[in-house]
Amino acid sequence: MKKPLDRPELDELHIVNISRRTFLKELALTGFVLAAGFPLLSKADETAPHTDEAKYGADAMPHGWVDNPLVFVAIADDGAVTIVCHRSEMGQGIRTSLPMVVADELEADWQRVRVEQAPGDEVRYGNQDTDGSRSMRHFFLPMRRVGAAARAMLESAAAAQWQVPVQEVRTEQHQVRHPATGRTLGYGQLAQAAAKLPVPDRDSLRLKKPSEFRYISKGRVGLYDGQDMIKGQGQYGIDVRLEGMLYAVIARPPVYGGKALSYDAGEALKVPGVVRVIELKGSPPPADYNPLGGIAVIARNTWAAIQGREALKIEWDKGPHGSYDSAAYRAELEAAARQPGKVVRNSGDVDAALQGAAKRVSAEYYLPHLAQAPMEPPAATARIVNGQCEVWSCTQAPQVSRERVAKWLKLPEDKVTVYVTLLGGGFGRKSKPDYIIEAALLSQAMDGQPVKLTWTREDDLHHSYFHTVSVERLEAGLDARGKPVAWLHRTVAPTISSTFAPDSKHQMTAELGMGVINVPFAIPNLRVENPEAEAHTRIGWFRSVSNIPHAFAIQSFVAELAAEAGLDPKDYLLDLIGPPRRIDPRTLEDTWNQGESPEVYPVDTGRLRRVTETVAREAGWGRTLPKGRGLGIAAHYSFVTYVAVVVEAAVGEDGSLSIPRVDVAVDCGPQVNPERIRSQIEGACIMGVSLATLGEISFKDGAVVQDNFHTYELTRMDDAPREIRVHLLPATDFDTPLGGVGEPGVPPIAPALCNAIFAATGQRIRQLPIRDQLRKD
Amino acid sequence: MTTLNINGKPHQVDLPADTPLLWALRDHLGLTGTKFGCGMALCGACTVHLDGEPTRACVTPISAAIDKKIVTIEAIDQDATGKKVQEAWLALGVPQCGYCQPGQVMAATALLKQKPQPTDADIDAAMSGNICRCGTYPRIRAAIKQVAGLKKETKS
Ligand code: FES
Ligand code: FES
Repeated sequence: MKKPLDRPELDELHIVNISRRTFLKELALTGFVLAAGFPLLSKADETAPHTDEAKYGADAMPHGWVDNPLVFVAIADDGAVTIVCHRSEMGQGIRTSLPMVVADELEADWQRVRVEQAPGDEVRYGNQDTDGSRSMRHFFLPMRRVGAAARAMLESAAAAQWQVPVQEVRTEQHQVRHPATGRTLGYGQLAQAAAKLPVPDRDSLRLKKPSEFRYISKGRVGLYDGQDMIKGQGQYGIDVRLEGMLYAVIARPPVYGGKALSYDAGEALKVPGVVRVIELKGSPPPADYNPLGGIAVIARNTWAAIQGREALKIEWDKGPHGSYDSAAYRAELEAAARQPGKVVRNSGDVDAALQGAAKRVSAEYYLPHLAQAPMEPPAATARIVNGQCEVWSCTQAPQVSRERVAKWLKLPEDKVTVYVTLLGGGFGRKSKPDYIIEAALLSQAMDGQPVKLTWTREDDLHHSYFHTVSVERLEAGLDARGKPVAWLHRTVAPTISSTFAPDSKHQMTAELGMGVINVPFAIPNLRVENPEAEAHTRIGWFRSVSNIPHAFAIQSFVAELAAEAGLDPKDYLLDLIGPPRRIDPRTLEDTWNQGESPEVYPVDTGRLRRVTETVAREAGWGRTLPKGRGLGIAAHYSFVTYVAVVVEAAVGEDGSLSIPRVDVAVDCGPQVNPERIRSQIEGACIMGVSLATLGEISFKDGAVVQDNFHTYELTRMDDAPREIRVHLLPATDFDTPLGGVGEPGVPPIAPALCNAIFAATGQRIRQLPIRDQLRKD
Repeated sequence: MTTLNINGKPHQVDLPADTPLLWALRDHLGLTGTKFGCGMALCGACTVHLDGEPTRACVTPISAAIDKKIVTIEAIDQDATGKKVQEAWLALGVPQCGYCQPGQVMAATALLKQKPQPTDADIDAAMSGNICRCGTYPRIRAAIKQVAGLKKETKS
């Protein structure tokens, strides 16, 4: 088993900067002590598989969690503490926040902490899939135990040396003290002895009381990688450089499922710097994480490879999806939404209630495909030396990458190492290792020579695993006072399952559980249907996934009903949420519940009410605004976190839109790093504005129409909300279960914005993006 | 051979004259702080200074950079304004993934050198060519104002 810090041929790699490299070498020589690298059992190995006992949270994830200090902590003789981060850094600050949790329990001085990134190895580290807003939710407690166990070992070592009972010693900022005699020993002095002690039983550990926290919940620890990032020293996947490395780009089939019939590399090979042209075979469906195939150009630099690709002459076969057309497909989805479909939740008798309603209201909403478009496009570097493949990449899924590379190269998994760089954004795109497999295959074709594969922006937009496209149709029956007595929601969208099982035509529970079946409204008759939708491209995760269409439709419709009833949208929303109650998600047909226990994480309408009331108060709901301005509200529960938003929209005479202010109230349970929670919520707000106002991927003749940022536009500084106020609701205590942070800020933004536009202008937006729908010519 | 003056030192590259400066910096000189985001002057990730002017390296052939002073993110801390910008960026916790930030720092430094007291409209004009997918714009604006000594925008 490899030591966490043991990277082969470190000198050759430019992946770590000089100071860090020296540090690692020192550690290896002078004997770091904890993290001695003996074979360790993960929680998953320890527990005999129980087939019938339901598992939730981290327990239910592949390879579960690990809380062994020997895996995560190393202390050098000089007291330098190295903490391993096993989750990928993609902007959420996890390389700061998780090590900070360990450091707090360890009573380490943050100034003397180094963070080391774990390669993909889930048996050793526990689950590493950095998605689903769950890094902190699943690893807060294991990482506290890591720190507490290491602290206990240092305490025991000091007590033994002083020959005093361990109860008499205290730890404080990198030192163990014996208050009775005033003696102290530094962590560096104790590390050797501590490492020889057994790891204490997890039940015996004393975790800090929240009042003793030094870093947790304080938001005072700066971003660990901040300095590197702003100095251009951050090492992203696209930045990796190896000795003798070649550079590659690939021309992939423009249509999903297509392939190259023939190609002529003659002109490409004449481009100065081009070394070779290689055909990569595609893979039959399902798409899974497999590469798409195509013609690769290998060159001496990225530019030559791009030029070489331009010069290729390729005849493509479009395959079965060559007529995929977004306009026609939208009509198909709408037709499906107007017919009954598979019933996925049913309470009461919706048909009878609709019949008997004083008024019936219906609306259809359309949301297009989106591409995640992380600023760093996918990139990976691979080499194969003596049958050992090493990959460096910006990946959210290092273990999955490792497994798939091993499979494609027909190597045993222990012959594949996947090193994780910083990610220049991920948003779900970098959960899929197709680009990593491509790099490994190219290195293999070049006899193991190092090859860096870069995706251009065009590649990224043409070949994403796209956010789904959907039509959401809602119908409500209102009583005489305008309150809904019946609610019928038809959601139609190609499912992520189709990427793995091409015949899948219904949303899976994990998609339906993103805000459509588990809508917690107090409506007696409520039915959700999911008619069929066939996929014609790779469908994947996009930050907050199906919550985007579901929240947009539901929260827009609520405001439409309020307007219909002539009532205040905020009061109307609160009325629908109803009184505070803790609902078992299974009673809403949600057997998924974000993978969490229904007992620990019920749907809590009290918390949903509280964020709604808070945001309304903080935003000054009801305040008088100048002409052309309006406030809109929306609330949504996702990733076991409650978020409510008020947007202030300003629409000019000419229909130009600006957003002076957004207020966001968040209840994500205990806040481990409030400063990074705020930055995530601010960022989610802008991503929400971006998808609401500009984002659209469309298909014509099977291929994506948009090429780059002039056609796939993203929100820029001048169109971003001028002010975003984040209101974090305090948790009662640190025993409350944690909610997710990275994603739940996105879904309520688009509906709150469109509700604000309605308040400002009386114009209702039912299809995204807004783009020029407001323009007056 | 083309000689380029980068961060105060001459560097030689043996590349066709139309090779964009971006790839000469990244692939041949190991200066990977200048990022690739679009290749079409649409995102600003590749922003460098050419004789003090913020310039998109992805569409600037090396032939157009000869005899110019090229400054990249790796050396911007040697400039007093650049250093202040970086300090403000850290103080306000601007970066998320950080990938766009070298370009943002270069653009903001150029702005503040030309207009030490920029208005909101100046900030919009100078910074809207730089995309941040993580959405750090409010903090970028606040950090620029902090450097300018202007009142920081209210931020909860
Ligand atoms: S890479 Fe040059 S502007 Fe985007
Ligand atoms: S910080 Fe991630 S793109 Fe700007």
